[in-house]
Amino acid sequence: MKEIVVISGKGGTGKTSITASLAVLGGKEVVVADCDVDAADMHILLQPENLKSEDFYSGELAVLDQNLCTQCGNCFDVCRFDAISVNNGIHQVVDLSCEGCGYCARVCPVDAIKNIPLNVGKWHIANTRFKQPMVHAKLGIGADNSGKLVAHVKNIAKEIADQYNRKYVLVDGSPGVGCPVVSSLSGAHFVILVTEPTVSGLHDLKRVYELVAKFNLRAGCIINKSDLNTSKSKEIMQFFKHKNIIHLADLPYDEAFTHAMTNCKTIVEEDDSAIKTILEQVWERVKTEVRNKN
Amino acid sequence: MKIAIASGKGGTGKTTLSTNLASYLAETNKVVLTDLDVEEPNSGLFLKSELIYSEDKYKMIPQWKESDCTLCGICQEACNYHAVIQIMDSIMVFPELCHSCYACSELCPTNALPMIPKKMGELKHYKTEQFHFVEARLSIGEEQAVPLIKQTLKYIDSNYGNDYLKIYDSPPGTSCPVIEATKEADFVILITEPTPFGLNDVILAIETMQELHKDFGIVINRYGIGNNDIVNYCHNNNIPILAKIPNDKEIAILYSKGELLYNSIPAVKAELEKIAQYISALSANYLPTQIPKNN
Amino acid sequence: MKIAFTTKGSQWDSKMDPRFGRTEYFLIYDETADTLTAVNNKDTENEAHGAGPKAAQRLAEQKAKILITGNGPGGNAATVLQKLGVDCYINAGDMSVKEAYEAFKAGQLKKL
Repeated sequence: MKEIVVISGKGGTGKTSITASLAVLGGKEVVVADCDVDAADMHILLQPENLKSEDFYSGELAVLDQNLCTQCGNCFDVCRFDAISVNNGIHQVVDLSCEGCGYCARVCPVDAIKNIPLNVGKWHIANTRFKQPMVHAKLGIGADNSGKLVAHVKNIAKEIADQYNRKYVLVDGSPGVGCPVVSSLSGAHFVILVTEPTVSGLHDLKRVYELVAKFNLRAGCIINKSDLNTSKSKEIMQFFKHKNIIHLADLPYDEAFTHAMTNCKTIVEEDDSAIKTILEQVWERVKTEVRNKN
Repeated sequence: MKIAIASGKGGTGKTTLSTNLASYLAETNKVVLTDLDVEEPNSGLFLKSELIYSEDKYKMIPQWKESDCTLCGICQEACNYHAVIQIMDSIMVFPELCHSCYACSELCPTNALPMIPKKMGELKHYKTEQFHFVEARLSIGEEQAVPLIKQTLKYIDSNYGNDYLKIYDSPPGTSCPVIEATKEADFVILITEPTPFGLNDVILAIETMQELHKDFGIVINRYGIGNNDIVNYCHNNNIPILAKIPNDKEIAILYSKGELLYNSIPAVKAELEKIAQYISALSANYLPTQIPKNN
Repeated sequence: MKIAFTTKGSQWDSKMDPRFGRTEYFLIYDETADTLTAVNNKDTENEAHGAGPKAAQRLAEQKAKILITGNGPGGNAATVLQKLGVDCYINAGDMSVKEAYEAFKAGQLKKL
């Protein structure tokens, strides 16, 4: 089983649409893992039928028992996050501000505060309309994505792949440069970077590439909307060449992407689309690269 | 008045709207634009500006004083983030994992972990021809966006009075940094695209704003592409649509070069004017406290 | 000399785990005594953040001088390993433990 991870650094580059397209091309060889839990949109294109859901806990939250509390104020004094409020002498935890450090619980003289695991959302195992297993998650409001959630989604996907003899786990990676994207990349066999030729696209790509390099991962790149700004595209290509990144493909600016999405379809399901042919070549190339590793 | 510009997901035009709206409003108002997307601050790429001030921003982290340490283990037990661990006979501190809760430092029986400042990012203050622009940038590897956002908001509050229109370019998503960035805003503009992805993500953002009891409105970007679902959703839920920025390849090209739009594209200017009028109607009734949503 | 592997099981023919911080096991081979010991690391799965330093701490207790793994530890864990003087060899993520050991002996693994 090989793990292929798609990331972009910046939002709106077409990462999810491209990942979903590759999933369709991969058919029954693929298990899909959506780790872009902040903007989990892949289910819109793959319309999975849900098989199993479970609550997910990450981090902790302080809970104060008013029956035990003596309103001594120790918790208020130590909290650096303004997560203890006092109204008419009554101390309460402000859930959205609590960072779960547990300091308040430690200094409470009557053990009125407990740190409990924080329910941050749910994860799901589902079956896409192409009869592929898909693992995805949905976070609650104010909940942070975490390395733990990403690792969990990927682990379930890998177990399923092993169990049902699927060759590839295709991961829609997390955005940004923090812990979730580190966890997305950890264990990957190949990374696909999706970018666009804009000032911010290149800027964010460079930041996220530092992580790819740190993990010694092999990577290839797709420049989406490449004809929007050919001089910026050239600049990106120079960067790739310099960093030994495989240039997988240029995709033209094409509203067909959005039209397909509006019909809740991937672009590779549209007949006679030029982009379909390009993405087919990309998928074949990625498979070859993954096979030839080392 | 404080206006935050947010979106459920990245790449929907949040920075484009922030920079264009700030420029446009600055023709008739005193404006300060703040980029609070501290992980990926991009507004500055679109503005021609002159740096007038910058400062490093710090968070407090513990520093091990070997001579005072008895290796009792209380610090590593107190730290819920594994930012302080004991390896053999030394204590290691991982600054990026530290939330600055002070537990290890204050619970140490021999004061062997005093808190010291550690750089977590930079604040830069620029001046364009028409307005002021402040950007905060988290250092690579730092994970705590919220403390830097808090400090940046404080900087704005202490430097600009109520006579300024304060525009905040918020981080994407619905997690803690967004909540921090929009918490103090008088009004939130959510920008989205009229596609199934856009609708899915903006509904999450709307639910977040409702939970925070924020007054908010929607701007639709790339209007004309996709479908009408977002318009119907807003009508059915009494959510005001402030403007519809048309779908136009020319806009995408200008954006890719890092250029402002409204001087070249009259339709964009007309939509910005609608937002300006909405804001000015709001500010006529503006009290310097939070305005609860009426319904 | 003690050599640590990041693994998915406790035997020579177990698969390697390419990850460091969230690896399922550390398998410790003591070359002198010719013993193989498995250290369970599965509980780091419950850590929202900071799995790397925690796993490194666990490895420190084993006093291994060599680490053989897949992609290499992230920044925080790397700091600990450097302090401990542990040498890291990578790119063994797709092998069995036995294959990884042989590749290491043959000098085929990349040193970080």
